[in-house]
Amino acid sequence: MKSRISGVFGSLPFRGDLEGHRVLNVYCTAGYPKLDSTLEVMKALQENGADIIELGMPYSDPLADGPVIQHSGSVALANGMTIAKLFEQLKDFRNNSHSGPARAGTDGDGGGISIPVILMGYMNPVLQYGFEKFCADAAAIGIDGLILPDLPEYEFETEYGAVIKKYNLDFIFLVTPETSEERIKKLDSLSTGFLYAVSSSSTTGGEKSTSASQEYLLQLKNLKLQNPVLVGFGIKDKASFDAVCQLADGAIIGSAYIKVLENSTNVNAATKNFLSSILH
Amino acid sequence: MTTKETYQQPNEQGYYGPFGGAYIPEMLHRNVEELRTKYLEIIYEESFQQEYQQLLRDYVGRPTPLYLAERMSKKYGVTIFLKREDLCHTGAHKINNTVGQILLAERLGKKRIIAETGAGQHGVATATVCALKGVECIVYMGEKDIERQAPNVARMKMLGATVIPATSGSKTLKDATNEAIRDWINHPDDTHYIIGSVVGPHPYPDMVARFQSVISEEIRKQLLDKTGSELPTHVIACVGGGSNAAGAFYHFLDEPTVQLIAVEAAGEGINSGKSAATTQLGTPGILHGSKSLLMQTEDGQVVEPHSISAGLDYPGIGPLHAHLFESGRAIFMSATDKKALNAAFELSKTEGIIPALETAHALHALKMINFNKKDIVVICLSGRGDKDLDTYMKNMPL
Repeated sequence: MKSRISGVFGSLPFRGDLEGHRVLNVYCTAGYPKLDSTLEVMKALQENGADIIELGMPYSDPLADGPVIQHSGSVALANGMTIAKLFEQLKDFRNNSHSGPARAGTDGDGGGISIPVILMGYMNPVLQYGFEKFCADAAAIGIDGLILPDLPEYEFETEYGAVIKKYNLDFIFLVTPETSEERIKKLDSLSTGFLYAVSSSSTTGGEKSTSASQEYLLQLKNLKLQNPVLVGFGIKDKASFDAVCQLADGAIIGSAYIKVLENSTNVNAATKNFLSSILH
Repeated sequence: MTTKETYQQPNEQGYYGPFGGAYIPEMLHRNVEELRTKYLEIIYEESFQQEYQQLLRDYVGRPTPLYLAERMSKKYGVTIFLKREDLCHTGAHKINNTVGQILLAERLGKKRIIAETGAGQHGVATATVCALKGVECIVYMGEKDIERQAPNVARMKMLGATVIPATSGSKTLKDATNEAIRDWINHPDDTHYIIGSVVGPHPYPDMVARFQSVISEEIRKQLLDKTGSELPTHVIACVGGGSNAAGAFYHFLDEPTVQLIAVEAAGEGINSGKSAATTQLGTPGILHGSKSLLMQTEDGQVVEPHSISAGLDYPGIGPLHAHLFESGRAIFMSATDKKALNAAFELSKTEGIIPALETAHALHALKMINFNKKDIVVICLSGRGDKDLDTYMKNMPL
């Protein structure tokens, strides 16, 4: 069965075709800016043109993240966000209470989110929640995939990958300009959904130029990988989005959107402004 | 896989029992993998060993004395030896590791060194070897630690290092480590990260333990000279991340007659909410790239530890030590801030040695163990107390 994430990419390959559809994956932090913002932000993203939502689960020690996402995580933790609370907030996010009858036993608003949702986070909170329980609960509410940057491929192959597969969740590995060709192929073969190409050697929100990464993206394109490629880290506006989309299937925007949320009072209006500045 | 059962070395994937591994994001993979595949070959190469041994002897001042503390021995009714790591150049054992790692970095062609530091001892030891080799040095240090360890900050600067405050989280060692790791992600080509303890992703815990193992290697030889036996009955060391304990235990790990005693910082008391006693309060988890015991909430958020000693103020513990704890190979005890202070005052007046606050925790163990008269006890005197004078003056018994 084709996963919801694969569905977004349509029929492959259309690598780097500017005329084709360019996939926009937007990162937001669960419980940010307010504890109850999660669904509101997700709805705003869907309504205003995001193709995939990458929902960050806040952690006290996010090694791969730069200051902006770190800060959003600290705020979310101070707001009281936990994995259990997130699953509670998301329990009806796939239901559409506006167009259909409310399900028995549910109260309040359904989410009406139909685009793919990926959970991104670090291993430690997931382990404490219980790795299998985490996968089971995530799959049960309609989560499509996982990004756990500090789950290395050795542990994935020997222990965790089978659990992730058991619950039909996609798992997305990261590759960087430092990753060898052989290793890119290996990580591609272990990934499903898409492959996450980190644009330059940096933490999230880095200011390094993404134009320097053209050669690397071209290399990825020529490798004829089994997965589509989304480029992340440092993608912040139309120019950087357009640039990487010439060579990849789309991009992931994180820190730039978190900054937008930080400075806004109206989530939907701010999201609309931001996404249309990128897509149009 | 190692075929011989040993506590000393992890398996190929860096596991000591269930603890260890390399839980790192892909951005660190190339550098950590390069270390993993090359570190043993490089550090056991003849020219490396020649230079390393020469520097340990002529620059660090090794071997450090194994000193029979007569008045302390009399007081506790047992034979007490102090392994005088406080007499190392820069005042603590930390330099054993930084000398080794700077030589490794040189052979890897790295031109820029980063490090994290808590009490500042590792930062000073790193800044020192960088000055020795004329290499750029950047030290991350928690904002809170910068305040309480001002003399060491000044020393690092005088040695030419740049000290960058870590302002996230609890603003202590854990956060300094996060910042150093992020720096490494952002500088993958020219930079080597000198981790100061037996923590971090494989191969760091094993590599740092090997560099520190010179401590127990010397203890064995010196004990043989002084007592006719290489083996003591007890080896005692303080544990934050655990580097001096790893070094003091290393060559006794597979000697079951030697009792290994690790002393953690209880802070204001194990159950006070202000403690750093990881084995007492921690559960299995992942921090800074390895699976170990970790002080954390039910939700897997790392909690902010507390200890009067900045060097022990860390919510985790090296995977080797987590394994020694869980397997029962080592006994873990803890000392509160107050007990550590008392132990420091006692050693100062009884032997004329002012120990570091970290070390003072190990000294307190003397009060918690029932010794036989014939026991031979070795305490790793990991560092000297000059850096802690401010704290000592504030708490001086009048």
